Amino acid sequence: MLSLSPFQLTDLSGTPQNFSGNSQSVVCFVKEDCPTCREVMPVLAAMHDALAPHLDFLVVGQTAEGNEKLQQDFDLPFSLLDDSALKVSFATDVETVPTLLVTDASGSVVSQQVGFVRADWQSLVSELLEQCSGEGLALDWSVLPEWRPGCGSLSVDPAYADRLQAEADNSPIRARRIDVGSLDDEFEFMFDQGFSDGLPVIPPTPERVIRMLNGSTRDPQEIIAVMPPNMGEVTVEKVAINCVMAGCKPEYLPVVIAAVEAICTDDFNIHGVMATTMGASPVMVVNGPIRHRIGMNMGIGALGQGNRANATIGRALRLTVRNIGGAIPGGTERSTLSNPMKFTMCFAEWEERSSWEPLHVERGYQPDESVVTIFAMTSGPVLTVDEGSLDGPALAGTLGQANQTILNARAYSFTNTLLVVSPEHVDTFNRGGDFSKADVRRRMQEVSAKTYRELIADDASGVGLKPAQAAQMGDEQLDRVVEKFKDDEDIHIVVAGSEAGKFTGSFHGWLTGSRGSIPVSQKIGT
Amino acid sequence: MALTILDPTNEAVPLERKITPRPDVIKGKVAFLDISKPRGNVLLDRLQEAFEQRLPQVEITRYTKPTFSKPAPDALRTEINAANDFVVEALAD
Repeated sequence: MLSLSPFQLTDLSGTPQNFSGNSQSVVCFVKEDCPTCREVMPVLAAMHDALAPHLDFLVVGQTAEGNEKLQQDFDLPFSLLDDSALKVSFATDVETVPTLLVTDASGSVVSQQVGFVRADWQSLVSELLEQCSGEGLALDWSVLPEWRPGCGSLSVDPAYADRLQAEADNSPIRARRIDVGSLDDEFEFMFDQGFSDGLPVIPPTPERVIRMLNGSTRDPQEIIAVMPPNMGEVTVEKVAINCVMAGCKPEYLPVVIAAVEAICTDDFNIHGVMATTMGASPVMVVNGPIRHRIGMNMGIGALGQGNRANATIGRALRLTVRNIGGAIPGGTERSTLSNPMKFTMCFAEWEERSSWEPLHVERGYQPDESVVTIFAMTSGPVLTVDEGSLDGPALAGTLGQANQTILNARAYSFTNTLLVVSPEHVDTFNRGGDFSKADVRRRMQEVSAKTYRELIADDASGVGLKPAQAAQMGDEQLDRVVEKFKDDEDIHIVVAGSEAGKFTGSFHGWLTGSRGSIPVSQKIGT
Repeated sequence: MALTILDPTNEAVPLERKITPRPDVIKGKVAFLDISKPRGNVLLDRLQEAFEQRLPQVEITRYTKPTFSKPAPDALRTEINAANDFVVEALAD
C-alpha cells in the first residue's frame, strides 16, 4: 500500500489546495495523454459530485498543459491540481496512472486502485457512498470497459526520475550544490573552478551523480578513506562526482572505489607519491571477471587510448586525488617533469592468454575475484624490443638488461618494475618448456647483478658509490654482488597487448618498500 | 536555465594560522630534524657546529623522520613540539 504525506498544490486557477492528512480523502493521480486516465475522467467527475460534500476530493495531474486540456475536454466539476514538478507523484511512489488512493481521517491510505478495473472501482465507490450515506452515482458503469491497464507515471520516466531523486527530501546527495550562471559555459566554468586535470570534464549534475551512484550498492555517505595531502574525507558520493567528471559509466564506480581505498593506505603512501619531485603516479591493473563485464581493454593497445573503461577509471582516480586529496601540480604535487600517466593509467591483464598465474592470484586472491592492484611508478611504459630471443632465458636476459638502467644504471636495490609482457613474448617464454614468472625474475636479476666495485661513480657518470666511500670498503665488500631489485618480488609481471609484436613494456618504479610505496591490491566490491 | 553541479572537492575550508612571532633572541631548546634525505645529516652537523659556537645558550636535540616520503608520525611531532622552542628541518638533498 502506498502512503501519502501532506502536500499543497495549486489548482487551475492558481489557488492552493491542501492534502492535510487529517480528514478522509480521495486522491487520484492522472496524466492527460494516458488513455485510461481519460477513460476514468467521467467516473471521477461523478465521484466528485457524490462524495465531495463528505470528504476531500483531489485529482492531481502531472502536466500543466494536460490539466487544462482535461478540463476543457471533460468539463470537470473539480479543478485539477498541478504536479508538473512531479514532486508529489514522486514522493508518493506513484508508478502508474491512474492511481486512486483513499485515506482515512488520519491520512493513512486504506485503499488503492492502480489502473482501471471496473468491478473494483465500482465496489470501492459503493463502499465510500455507504460510509458517508451519500446518494448513488450518476454514472452508467456498463458503458465503461471492464479493465484497462494504467500508463507509466511521469515521475518514474527515466527522463525525470534521476532529477526527482536528486531533489527529493531523502536524496542521497549531500554535496554542496553550485549553480552555474545561465550566461556561463559549464565546461569553461569547470576549468575556472580548478576541478579539471586540464582536459574538459563532464559537469557533475545531480542527475548524473544519482545515476553514477546506482553503480554501487554502498551507502553514498559512507566514508571510504581519508585522503592526503589535505586529509579529505572521501565519501562514495564524492568518488561518484569525480567519476562523472572523468566520463565513467556507473558500472565502473566499484573499481574506482576500490582504487581509492588502495591508495589511501600507509603502504601505498599517496602523499609521498604525489609530493615527490620524481613524479610517481598510480598505475592500475585490473584482474578478475569485472574486466570482461565492464569491457576493459587487455588486448591491442591496452596501455593506450581508445577504451572508455581503461581511460576513465584511471582518470577518475586521479581526479579524486586532485579534488578530494588536494594534490594539485605546483601545490603539494611537486613533480619536476611529471608524466602523462598523471592523467590516467589503467588497464586489465589478459589472464587467459598465458598459463602464468594472474597478478591477483599471485597476490593471494581467488581467480574469480575482481581485484585492482596499484603501483606507484615514475615512468612507463618503456618498450623493450626483442625479436631475436628464442627461449625464456634469452628473453628474460634482454628484459634484465633493459630494466638495469631504471632511475639510473647504478640505482640498485631500491626500486621496482612492472612488466607488461605481450602475447608473442609469452609464447617465447613457453618455447622449450614453461618458463615461470619466478624464472623470469631470477634470470633478470642474474644478468643485471653488479658488484659494488662496478657501482662506483667514475668518469662516465657521477652517480653511484662515491670513491671516498668505496675507499673505506675492503676488497671483499667491493666484490660483493648486488642485484638490481632488492627482492625478486619487486619484479611484477602481467600479460597484455595484441597478438602481433615481440615487445614488453616496463613501468619503472619509485622508491619501493616502507620508505616509499608498496603496491596494494584491493578487492573490487559491489 | 542555470545548471547545477555538485562540488567535487572535500569542501573543507583550510584554517588560516598566523606565523608564530619571531623572537629577537634564540634561547632555550632547538630541535634539529633530519627528514632522512641523503646528506641532510651533513647539513645539520655543520649547522649544529655553528649553533654551538655562536649560540652556546641553546640546547640542541636531534630527531630523525623514518622516511622523507611520508609525513612525520604523530608521536614524533608531539614529542618535538612538547620538548622544544624551535625546529630546524633539513628538507632535501
